[in-house]
Amino acid sequence: MTTSSEDVLLQVGQVRYKKGDGTLYVMNERLAWMMDHRDTVSVSHRYTDIKTQKISPEGKPKIQLQVCLHDGTSSTFHFVNRLGQGAQVKDRDDVKELLQQLLQKFKCEVNKELEEKNRLLSQNPSLLQLYRDLVITHVISSEEFWSQHAMQYMQKQQNQKQDIGVSGAFLADIKPQTDGCNGLKYNLTSDIIECIFKTYPAVRKKHLEYVPHKLTESEFWTKFFQSHYFHRDRINAGSKDLFTECAKLDDQELKRDISAGIEDPLVDITSFEDKTLDEGYGTGGDRPVGVQSGNIVHQSMIKRFNQHSIMVLKACQQNTTCHSGSEPLDSSVLPMKQPSQSSERNPDCSDYLRTAKKLRIQEKLVYDDLESDSKMQNVGTQLSLSRVERYLHGPMPGSSEDVLSDDVFTVSTRLQREAEGWCSVARLQASTLVNPAAAVSALGELTPGGALMKGFEEESLAQLVPADLERELKNLYMSLCELFRHFWTSFPPTTPTLEAKAVRMHEALHRFHSARLKPFENRVLREFSPLSQHLTSHLNQMLNSAYRKFATWQQRKMQTLR
Amino acid sequence: MKLSVDGLLVYFPYDYIYPEQFAYMLELKKGLDAKGHCLLEMPSGTGKTVSLLSLIVAYMLANPLSVTKLIYCSRTVPEIEKVIEELKKLITYYERERGQKPKMVGLVLSSRKNLCIHPQVSKERDGKIVDGRCHSLTASYVRERHNYDDSIPICSFYEGFDIEGREVQLEPGVYSLDDLKEYGQERNWCPYFLARYTILHANIVVYSYHYLLDPKIADIVSKELSKSSIVVFDEAHNIDNVCIDSMSVKINRRIIDKSTASIQILEQTVNEMKEDDAKKLKEEYQRLVEGLRDASVARETDVVLSNPVLPDEVLKEVVPGSIRTAEHFVGFLKRFVEYLKTRLRVQHVVLESPASFLKDVYQKVCIERKPLRFCHERLASLLRTLEIADLTDFSPLILITHLATLVSTYTKGFTIIVEPFDDKTPTVSNPILHFSCLDSSIAIKPVFDRFQTVVITSGTLSPLDMYPKILDFHPVIMSSFTMTLARPCLLPMIVSKGNDQVAISSRFETREDVAVVRNYGQLLVEIATIVPDGVVCFFTSYLYLESVVASWYDQGVVDSLQRNKLLFIETQDAAETSLALLNYIRACESGRGAVLLSVARGKVSEGVDFDHHLGRAVLMFGIPYVYTQSRILRARLEYLRDQFQIRENDFLTFDAMRHAAQCVGRVIRGKTDYGIMIFADKRFSRSDKRNKLPKWIQEHLKDSLCNLSTEEAVQIAKRWLRQMAQPFSREDQLGVSLLTLEQLQNEEMQTKQQKAAEQKL
Repeated sequence: MTTSSEDVLLQVGQVRYKKGDGTLYVMNERLAWMMDHRDTVSVSHRYTDIKTQKISPEGKPKIQLQVCLHDGTSSTFHFVNRLGQGAQVKDRDDVKELLQQLLQKFKCEVNKELEEKNRLLSQNPSLLQLYRDLVITHVISSEEFWSQHAMQYMQKQQNQKQDIGVSGAFLADIKPQTDGCNGLKYNLTSDIIECIFKTYPAVRKKHLEYVPHKLTESEFWTKFFQSHYFHRDRINAGSKDLFTECAKLDDQELKRDISAGIEDPLVDITSFEDKTLDEGYGTGGDRPVGVQSGNIVHQSMIKRFNQHSIMVLKACQQNTTCHSGSEPLDSSVLPMKQPSQSSERNPDCSDYLRTAKKLRIQEKLVYDDLESDSKMQNVGTQLSLSRVERYLHGPMPGSSEDVLSDDVFTVSTRLQREAEGWCSVARLQASTLVNPAAAVSALGELTPGGALMKGFEEESLAQLVPADLERELKNLYMSLCELFRHFWTSFPPTTPTLEAKAVRMHEALHRFHSARLKPFENRVLREFSPLSQHLTSHLNQMLNSAYRKFATWQQRKMQTLR
Repeated sequence: MKLSVDGLLVYFPYDYIYPEQFAYMLELKKGLDAKGHCLLEMPSGTGKTVSLLSLIVAYMLANPLSVTKLIYCSRTVPEIEKVIEELKKLITYYERERGQKPKMVGLVLSSRKNLCIHPQVSKERDGKIVDGRCHSLTASYVRERHNYDDSIPICSFYEGFDIEGREVQLEPGVYSLDDLKEYGQERNWCPYFLARYTILHANIVVYSYHYLLDPKIADIVSKELSKSSIVVFDEAHNIDNVCIDSMSVKINRRIIDKSTASIQILEQTVNEMKEDDAKKLKEEYQRLVEGLRDASVARETDVVLSNPVLPDEVLKEVVPGSIRTAEHFVGFLKRFVEYLKTRLRVQHVVLESPASFLKDVYQKVCIERKPLRFCHERLASLLRTLEIADLTDFSPLILITHLATLVSTYTKGFTIIVEPFDDKTPTVSNPILHFSCLDSSIAIKPVFDRFQTVVITSGTLSPLDMYPKILDFHPVIMSSFTMTLARPCLLPMIVSKGNDQVAISSRFETREDVAVVRNYGQLLVEIATIVPDGVVCFFTSYLYLESVVASWYDQGVVDSLQRNKLLFIETQDAAETSLALLNYIRACESGRGAVLLSVARGKVSEGVDFDHHLGRAVLMFGIPYVYTQSRILRARLEYLRDQFQIRENDFLTFDAMRHAAQCVGRVIRGKTDYGIMIFADKRFSRSDKRNKLPKWIQEHLKDSLCNLSTEEAVQIAKRWLRQMAQPFSREDQLGVSLLTLEQLQNEEMQTKQQKAAEQKL
């Protein structure tokens, strides 16, 4: 059971499980217990299966740890270190601590994923059917199903989700209420927390780091509201403050934005002046910055306000870019989106900047109301026509005088001769192939009522097939078509991954054939003998062509290998 | 459309025209005909630039002999780029209509930072460093040295330009910064030097004010521009301050320390050179004996834009003997710097005139006025001789020689103020010596004298009569245009009290009052609730902004603001502000809406437009008076009173109102745009303030809108916004605020009469 690649993170001896002494292993992905003097693992729980862990209360004589699984069962481990209770508690706590961290890590992703999938299936009956047909019958594995067959549903899911925006005043809206005994109560909703996280990514990071290992959720937020980080009149948060680092990160971010420069020439105040004079010229208007006005608190507060607004805006813009997959190629938007590029002045970039700048300036110049309407409409490239009437009317029979009639004649005769040549051989044979009478009779047989058209009457088929069978057939078609879709998309298999996929899909087809189609055919044969093969003949046909395709490919491959 | 402006065929690159654009062209044409200076105020966002360009280009094509060049000066780099794009559009239109390009070269000139294509140097972000590194690669002696030592790096682009660039003239067309760079890349020429060289024969030059007004730069760049040029100063409402800034110098202890270090380096280099290559120094000496005669020859033939820093007399004389040799000059500099050091060692504020300063210099360190005057030139010559490549280290020393030359040249219109400490921190010793220009006409005088037509224009020049006084010139045309509107697309309001009837004002006595601050906050919150997209607020100063935001935070105003819109605030750090601004625009564009708190006279108020959805409402919290306790301002006010008979209060109000108008005017661009302008101060409703607003704003500021409470203002704004939100098509505008060619021809007579009537008034 144990794979060699798994690391044992913690190994605790003298642990009793169901009256047997053994060793408990805390590993990368699972918790395992092995009886002493055996070499097989008797208990093994994947972390993803574990719901919670429980410990025996303080003061109880037995020091125990229980893990509850998602399926309702549980396993209890009794720590029986011979060194006494202290050592037992220590053993247990070690395990508990480690388990807590690990479980946390696994729980987030697994739970979310499971829930998500569950919801998807319940919302989409057709997907559920597909899941039943393909996964439950083990035609394909569940991972494959989710990664390949249900992709469009997952994507649609993401598109559907609409994020709430971030209000500019979300921090102000958290009104503290006095709770009557010298304390303050802040009401936090999940929306507000989401807002805080979106606007201040640094806080999110801190939250992930601290909750719930070091602080509880509520402790964390208490600290947050106590912190100077939240209060905008902070100058320098003390080093003890949990959020000092956040403030620093924010500042760095802002600095980076500033140093990235501003592309819009109409906004970049630093390069407005077209004068390079040293200090010392001019009247005494401007003294060195910073010294002038006394109140640093005010200044830092102003900075904080700007920062807050910028971050709120950023939080919203990130949403829009990641959700609408293709961002608009608006020239006025683009220069703002890529501030990082400006530092490296590769020629493309500067070219691009130049045009962006030009557009921006021209945009500022144009007076809409002075411009005439017609001009406004024809902004695109103009079509230059040498003769307009030809464009409007197209070639007409009357206009053939352009081409010399001799030419036309020679071309047509040549074409005729050519055409004669094509069928000169076949025509002789064709005339002898089928005589008119036989053809007529064959056609008769092929019309409804004829011998060759037996069993294809639609009415009879509809009458013969009961509703549940029809539904089942429909499901079969749907599942099989899904498989076919993937099978055929892997052709031509030009890359190794495609090749692997083709092989995999081929196997899946076979499995489906045996697991679903065969039983269905048998049932039909048993219960509705008159229909016999007709119902599934098309399915079989499709399967066979797929097998053939695969076989020829395999054959070719072998040949080329040789 | 092709239209006839007073007999001149003008190609206008649009199919429709605003009536005021036509009126503007008419006035401008008159000014050009009269070869005089013009002062024109036209509402912001009514297509001033395109009217200017199309008329002047047409005029130049019609009278190629009398007008040879257009020099278009604007303030910020984005403005400059906008102008050149606009010009491009015009030229394309010419090409399409006439089938061929007019034979004109238009180009933009900007600093090396914006034009450099050298792979390493262009990576630098700081303009000063780019200049320095460029100089160290292209200076003549560096290139000379490269001739016999390949290891010395030079700039291949400059070399490329030097070999071929001067023979070939740029093909007719319009070249923006990027075009020039591309052109340079293709041919391996330096775009900066190409542009500098080309402006001499180009027909249209677009650059920054400083290239013409700042004597330090004008002397290098613009000195050979021909006399028959038209000069346009766009966005000129602040031109007097630019003039003053370009002539003022301030010196603190750090500059003194740095220059002392530089002098030591100089001394060392001179000594080294004396041992190695005494010949060079001797040559320099000879050259100085010859004098700066070359320059004086050039000026006599009237090719050089006279440099106010270096007056004519200086050129006619030779460098005085006392500073001719290098060692003597270094010693001379040392003495001067030492003297300045002692002057900084004061305990109380000193205020004196240049004359008494010179006298003091003579008494203390025996430096006469005459050698001081040559100081700047002499140092430049020495640096050249010593072959010092990177001049950035010497900039403090150059600054000091600059001071020396200025102080000894001008006795009038300047003052010297030594402040031992900052007024706000009287305990920290931080002495600064200000050498401050008080007369803005000094810097601009050569421009007025030299060029036949100078056009000063902006969206906000009211009151117009102030500018001729402070710039000391006589315009032939002076007019202010209003905005014809088919719907009232601007809503100016004066909010004088809050809901609690407490008067709101940023007066010094009440500005920190809790009630006032709260009322301001309430006003903003209510406006932010009803106005869509962007709202911009201007405060009178950073300090006030900071304290108000702090109390808003305590009062919960900020929270309720954030409930409606995102909040962005201008800071004193330009890069940070740019980022905030960028995000403000993003917020407006994403539909979230945002509030920007900003400062009048700040960078945002002077260079950023909040057109359309970026600014649906502007609030001006208080009257943006300049900090009146500043000694430099006091000195200037005194000077203005004595010299130009301008009362202190008149000037202060003028200055405050032009900034207020400037802030508020940022909101509107074009007639399809709409915006609310709120002046939140009781004092705005007084007639002396109200009348100083530009005519196009005043017109809409009805008496009923002049004394509103917050509530009333919000009600009016709500109604107005609903009205503005209705669809607005061209048909609504046509004939009223928008004209087709036919309508123009019909109405031409009418407008003329109307115009005439207006001027009589």
